[in-house]
This record gives sequence, C-alpha cells and structure tokens, in this order.
Amino acid sequence: MAETVVQPSRSRDLDKLLLRPGNIIGNNFDPGQELRDDLAEYVKVLVVGAGGLGCELLKDLALSGFKNLEVIDMDTIEVTNLNRQFLFRFEDVGKPKAEVAAKRVMERIRGVNIKPHYCRIEEKDIDFYSDFSIIVLGLDSIEARSYINAVACSFLEYDSDDKPRDETIKPLVDGGTEGFKGHARVIIPGVTPCFECTIWLFPPQVKFPLCTLAETPRTAAHCIEYAHLIKWDEVHSGKTFDPDDPEHMKWIYNEAVKRAELFGIPGVTYSLTQGVVKNIIPAIASTNAIVSAACALEALKITTGCSKTLSNYLTYNGAEGLHTKVTEFVRDKDCLVCGPGVLIELETSVTLQKFIDLLEKHPDLLLSKASVTHQGSSLYMQAPPVLEEMTRSNLNLPLFDLMGKTSKGTIHVTGTTSKNDTKTSVLRKLRVFFKGVDGVTDMDMAGGA
Amino acid sequence: MIRLFKVKEKQRELAESANGGAPIKKQSAGELRLHKDISELNLPKSCIISFPNGKDDLMNFEVSIRPDEGYYLGGNFSFSFQVSPIYPHEAPKVKCKTKLYHPNIDLEGNVCLNILREDWKPVLNINTIIYGLYHLFTEPNYEDPLNHDAAAVLRDNPKMFEANVRRAMAGGYVGQTFFTRCM
Ligand SMILES: [Zn+2]
Repeated sequence: MAETVVQPSRSRDLDKLLLRPGNIIGNNFDPGQELRDDLAEYVKVLVVGAGGLGCELLKDLALSGFKNLEVIDMDTIEVTNLNRQFLFRFEDVGKPKAEVAAKRVMERIRGVNIKPHYCRIEEKDIDFYSDFSIIVLGLDSIEARSYINAVACSFLEYDSDDKPRDETIKPLVDGGTEGFKGHARVIIPGVTPCFECTIWLFPPQVKFPLCTLAETPRTAAHCIEYAHLIKWDEVHSGKTFDPDDPEHMKWIYNEAVKRAELFGIPGVTYSLTQGVVKNIIPAIASTNAIVSAACALEALKITTGCSKTLSNYLTYNGAEGLHTKVTEFVRDKDCLVCGPGVLIELETSVTLQKFIDLLEKHPDLLLSKASVTHQGSSLYMQAPPVLEEMTRSNLNLPLFDLMGKTSKGTIHVTGTTSKNDTKTSVLRKLRVFFKGVDGVTDMDMAGGA
Repeated sequence: MIRLFKVKEKQRELAESANGGAPIKKQSAGELRLHKDISELNLPKSCIISFPNGKDDLMNFEVSIRPDEGYYLGGNFSFSFQVSPIYPHEAPKVKCKTKLYHPNIDLEGNVCLNILREDWKPVLNINTIIYGLYHLFTEPNYEDPLNHDAAAVLRDNPKMFEANVRRAMAGGYVGQTFFTRCM
C-alpha cells in the first residue's frame, strides 16, 4: 500500500512526537505532517527576555519546530554575561541582547525566523502582544512578569456561564531561575492560576532599615545600599539613578568601597554591587538550561497537544542534591486580573449614581458606598474629599458614556458588604454589558446576565 | 490549540488590518489595590492628601502633615508617595519634600520608618503609612537616626533640640544647615 511519504524533518525526535498517535496526549491532538507544518507556519512565539534564560529559550524553541519567533529585551550585553549567555561573544559587548541573540540562532538553525525588539516591554502596544499564539517568559523581575501577565489576561473573555472563551486565551509559559533554584510554570488564563493569583509565591525582597545603612553598617550589602539609597541623592540632587547605566553603577561601586573601608567591612565587589542594587542572585548556566528545556517543551505541548501539559508549577532545586516537584496551584476565583468578575447588564441610559445604587441591591455584591474605576480612570471616589469632589460631577452622567460608549467593559469597584452584621471592605471586578448596542453580535453574551 | 492559532492567522490574513474590538488598557493589580486603599482613607484633620496629576493618577500623590502637638506643632511637612505596579507586594516609596531638622528624616528627605522597609507587609495600607509618618512628628526617636546630629541633640539636650526645631521651622540656620520656613 503506497501511503504518501512523510518528509522527515531535520529533527527525528520531533517527528516522533508530532507524527505518531499516543495515549497520554492533550486535547485535540491530531498527529501528522500537517501538524508539524502548521507548527512552523501558524504559530508565533514571543520570548520575553534575552538574558541567560532567554538565550536558552530561543535556542530550545527554534530546535523544537517553532519557526516564527520574536524576542524582546531592553538590555545590552555586558562582559559579565558571557559566561552563561552563550549566544554572545566578547565583540558583542555593548550591543542589544535581543538583536545579537536573534542573529546567532538564525545563523545556526536553518529556516527559523527571529525578529528582535530592542525596547522595554511597556513600549509595545496591546496589538503587538495580541499577535502571538503563546508568550514565553525568561525574566528576572516580578514587575515585568506582573505586567505581561496583565497583558495576557486582558485578552481573556468569558461567556455568560463564566467559562473562558477559548479563542481569547493567550497562554504563557514562565521560567525563572535564582542560582541553583528555578521554576517553570504554565499559565492558561481562565484555566490555571495567573501570576497575580499566586503572587505570594515570590517572597518580598529583603529591605534594610535606612538608619542601619546610615549609622551601623555591618555587611558589604549595607555599604552598597548606603551608596545607592542615601549617598546618590545627597550628591546628585534631582537626578534619578538608572541601574542600567554602567556609569551610575560604577559610581555606586566606588562609593560603596569607600564606605566599606571606613567601617572595615570586606567583600564589596562590582558584581555584588550590581547584584544588590538590581536584586540579582548569581545565575548558574545549567539551571537556566534545565528550566528553559522544561519551558520549551511546555510551549510545544500547549500548541500541538502532543502531550498533557504541566499542571501547573514545576520547581527545581539543585542546591542540596537534586529535588524537583510539580504543584497544582488553584486559581483565585475572585482574582482581579484573570477572574471573570460579576456579569452585569445595563441600559445605556443608566447613570453612574444609579449604577452605584444597583450594586447595593445586586444579590452577588450587596456593595454599599462603592467607588468605581474604569481602565485606570477614577469614575467616582467616595474618599478622600479631594477626589470625591473631582469625581462628583460624573454621578449624573450615563455609565455608558463614561466607559467610552463601547458595548462592554471591565469595571472595578471597592466598597463595603455586610454579612451577619459584620462589615468587610471588598474590591470586585465587574464585567458590564450594555443592551442594544451595535457591536454585541454574540447572542450568547447578549442573552447573559 | 494549534487549530485555533491557524484559524486566527487565516482570519487575520483575510481581515488584513480590520481590527476587532478596541484595544483594552489593562490596569495593574497594584493600581486596583491602591484604588481600594485610597477610597477607604480615614485621615485625621492634620493630614491632607492631594493628587498633583489629577484623579486618574493615584500612583503618585502627596500628603501634607501639620502636627497638632509635640516639637513640630505648627509646621507643615509635605511627603511624596510613589506606588509600584506590584503594590502591595512592595511598599510605596516615600520621601519628605520639606527640608527639616528631624532625627529620623535626613536632609535629602529619606525617612526611617520601619513599615516602609524592613517591616512592610502586604496587609498594611496607605492609611497605616500616613499614621506612621504622623507618629514620627509626635514621637521623634534618637534610636533610629538618619540625621545623626539631630538625634544626638535630642538624646542629650531635649531643650536645645526643641529650640533647633523651632528655628529650622521658622526659617534659619541650625549649625551649618539652612532650612526654609515651613510654618
Ligand atoms: Zn489570577
């Protein structure tokens, strides 16, 4: 029997995953050449970060059958990166990481196209992020993770039964390493917990009391933080310190050395200065490699369904022996970022005042004294008096107008609810639909509430 | 999910630039929590909050404190607050904008208040911080010095400390340092 001959790809192992049926597969797994080709043709992956983890991720994803990659990173290459950020050479020092990383991977792996973006993640608009099938994070900051998480969750829509709508789900794969420890996690907004649901997993940064820094420094880190937090302002009045400016960092280092000499404290080095100021723990190349491999594999599983995905948080610890474990965290149903929020349907004529009154009677809310915010704009604030005054005139305007006359939107409200005579203050997410507005073509939604 | 991506890509090719739905501006979780803190503020008359950038930027605001007792009675001290998008995971950055003579606040406006740094916890809020700042004026303490000289004077000679504070607030020199009037 002459079956069509399947062209082997450059990677036999990938073919084994994608061309053959299996038992422990994900939903909608449809093995075959078309799957492999579609992976190359239709899946666009954004890698956020081109540092230690980002370099690994780009290489791993490119070798896993993804052909359309983009990478975003605002940093330039430093000498101290070269030991582990293996795509970079000495002559690349000073060049943008994203650009060099993209070029090096394309040189080595035939057929892969990587578009670099040398800028901050906040500089890109929402349409930029909307374009990707999946976003993979190789970052070292909580702020940046929180930002991308909020972006990915902002695409998410729910149907009238509070079920996430598949076509609005933007999956994230998040990797992170700190020395010998690392994690890889899968965030399917609306299905698995988002970054904000479990932000407590990240311990807050240790902050030294300022008076200790000023009066009784005992460690090298104290001397560095003194230069960073106190001395800088004393000398450079008004000029903000930029941790990404090597001149600024050198200044901090020199001041920290002077301070350490004064108090007879050993151990201030340039790399420790960078580490303390930027809150970086020395990176270990093999931790990056392990975490990246896990992330790239999850990206492949999510897109192709060739296996069940990690559910949903893998930790790796190579510090004492080797320990790895997967924990299934649960979503915070009331999460302000990924949760569905309470569905409310309104006439376009309803004023903000009327809306606030409605919240008091709404059986799922029973919210009194509500303050209302929409996309970062304060519509009405109960307190303090200065804001109440500034927002009071909105009370007589239709909410529809205040929300920019779109058929639907997300509103956040704070206020108090009473349960069994005890008052608790709450912050809730609401998704508001307006009746009879052009643009609501979805009967499922229009008929909800 | 690949089928979904494929469908979307095809749709995108067909639609060319036809954009479905206006882009959504996302609000950080920090902004939302701050909004709650602000809407629940319950401040004494001596503390007044203001929003220099208007009602839509709550992440940067100012608090002025007019202590109604203690060494600093009659003075008016202004603090700037900068709140991070990952608030309350991280404490706000608070600086004193009024140059003052105080053992726990240095001449650059750095403030030594435990809940702003080592003792910050996400369950605390803006109200707690403002009360903490107020407390610094009613109970300045020489044990956590940021202004070393002021702390030494408070410890060794409270009468002289009081006189120095009055002089600084009225506008004048204390030692080598000039203070502008803030009463
Ligand atoms: Zn969430």
